[in-house]
Amino acid sequence: MIHIQQIRKSYRMGALSLEVLKGIDLTINEGELVSIMGPSGSGKSTLLNILGILDQYQEGEYHLAGTLMKNLSERKAAYYRNHYLGFVFQSFHLLEFKNALENVALPLYYQKVSRRRRNRQAMELLERVGLADRAQHMPNELSGGQKQRVAIARALISDPKVILADEPTGALDSQTSDQVMDLFREVNASGKTVVIVTHEAEIAAKTARTIHLRDGVVQNETHQVGAAS
Amino acid sequence: MIWNTDHWLEIWQTVRKNKLRTVLTMFSIAWGIFMLILLLAAGRGLENGIRYQFRDDAANSIWITPRITGRPFRGLRAGRPVNMTMDDYTQVAAVPGVEHITARYNLRGNFTVRYGDQFSQFPIRSVHPGHRYLEKTEMRRGRFINDRDIDQRRKVAVIGNRVVSGLFKDQDPIGEWIDINGIQYKIVGVFTDVGGPGEQRMIYIPISTGQAAYGGGRTIHRLMFTVGNADLAESQRIEKDVRTLLAERHRYDPQDPRAIRLFNHVENYQRFVALFNGIATFIWVVGIGTIIAGIVGVSNIMLIAVKERTKEIGLRKAIGAPPSDIIGLFLMESLTLTFLAGYIGLMAGIGTIELVQHLLNTIPNPPDFFRNPHVDIHAAAGATLVLVLAGVLAGLIPARRAAAIDPIVALRDE
Repeated sequence: MIHIQQIRKSYRMGALSLEVLKGIDLTINEGELVSIMGPSGSGKSTLLNILGILDQYQEGEYHLAGTLMKNLSERKAAYYRNHYLGFVFQSFHLLEFKNALENVALPLYYQKVSRRRRNRQAMELLERVGLADRAQHMPNELSGGQKQRVAIARALISDPKVILADEPTGALDSQTSDQVMDLFREVNASGKTVVIVTHEAEIAAKTARTIHLRDGVVQNETHQVGAAS
Repeated sequence: MIWNTDHWLEIWQTVRKNKLRTVLTMFSIAWGIFMLILLLAAGRGLENGIRYQFRDDAANSIWITPRITGRPFRGLRAGRPVNMTMDDYTQVAAVPGVEHITARYNLRGNFTVRYGDQFSQFPIRSVHPGHRYLEKTEMRRGRFINDRDIDQRRKVAVIGNRVVSGLFKDQDPIGEWIDINGIQYKIVGVFTDVGGPGEQRMIYIPISTGQAAYGGGRTIHRLMFTVGNADLAESQRIEKDVRTLLAERHRYDPQDPRAIRLFNHVENYQRFVALFNGIATFIWVVGIGTIIAGIVGVSNIMLIAVKERTKEIGLRKAIGAPPSDIIGLFLMESLTLTFLAGYIGLMAGIGTIELVQHLLNTIPNPPDFFRNPHVDIHAAAGATLVLVLAGVLAGLIPARRAAAIDPIVALRDE
């Protein structure tokens, strides 16, 4: 599903050039539940941005579902993000002036899906994450765990090929974190590829495979026996 | 895009989120348009007032009155009277560019005019048929003086509607005979004149009749003619030709300012037209200046909105909003705000003008210099165009700023 070959990425800082990714090779197959770990400065956020087609890279190749993602126009990038990817963020990023249902339905708005159909699908997903009774609530009326479940529903609504989660439990207590991780595992069990960036070992332990980054290269991989998929 | 209810819903949601900001923004635009409309109407009112002052006489006319020479010329002494005659009329009429022409033989003072046992005092003018175009005489019934009246020195009269009401009450005056100083005149026409009561009390008789009846011979006291659609330069060319002709005929220095008095209405009128244009330009400049202040206000507030909504825009882009959609969102918002606000300002302006007009109509002595202020369709269309442009302009920079937001930066957790 995700195939990365010798990806290099550096930022120019005045006269200096800071290389963040120094040749990463990575393959994630369809239906995998993978975590990416690493200390800050290891390049995991940059890698996630590249995976999410939010950032460009200078060298190497990134194939997402068999399509090369390189030097895309903003419009193309937006199209692939919308159709191929679902994002989950640490601080949820729900729109404060839209209720839960509208937040979940938003990605379909950019696919020109009619509002009736959008809202029906959004309602189905809210049921799936156990928040059907909160559909009309505004984000500030929801708890952190509920917000993140709304965000996961939003990530799922466009039926993406990959779910990318950036520290999805970073703002949650351990009990809610567990619930959210259970939800990710359930999503993964239904056949979706899920990639979670985290710095918490406990979270990584709940994924089947962990990729450890250090100084812009893949240091090693671990596989958890008994974890999902 | 315009008919997409989702877009409107998005705009409605963001507008509702910031009620005060929205209201203040809209106020600045509404005020700009309100002022523009008011200024335009005031300008129109002034223009109408000045036009009203000119309403009596043809604006495209030249009037000549003979006087006394002020300079010696070719051995002739100064101080000779210039005596104009019917020959001057004939010759000036032949000057290219002269359209309708008339001479006047003045009959001084008021005359006692009698019809049956009714009598009253009225002024009399003896003129040529062309006179009706010079004074904007408007025929109500019958006809004006014609060439045959002149040729045959007929004793006919064309009377103003106030003469009718003074002597005839409800009777039809056409074909009736009136007595002026012992001479019987047949009434052939009734007219009215926008020039006011004085003009409407006038009695016109053929110039030849007037000259014969009052010992005028071939003398005339004034020459008046129109110049058609001639522009200022053309009218000055005609003026010069006539001046040369008259100076030649009456043997005075063409540069002598005292020999004749010539009044070129075109010149005067053009000066006022230029003044109106100046006023109109000034009004648009001030009005558009006010609106620009509104645009800058909207733009500024929208820029703040973009900054406030950085995270939202970043998220929208992350989940797949193309740049065009982001630009559209902000442009539509700014357009909607300016247009709605502008419309309110437009309506408020028109309402105020209607009120002023109503007041002007009710007060007993409305000022002459300010009449009938109103906003015509052109001004309203112009203001609308300015509004749409304002909306696009105000939204453009913020929208581009929004589209340039990098989702990575926008969504970074602090």
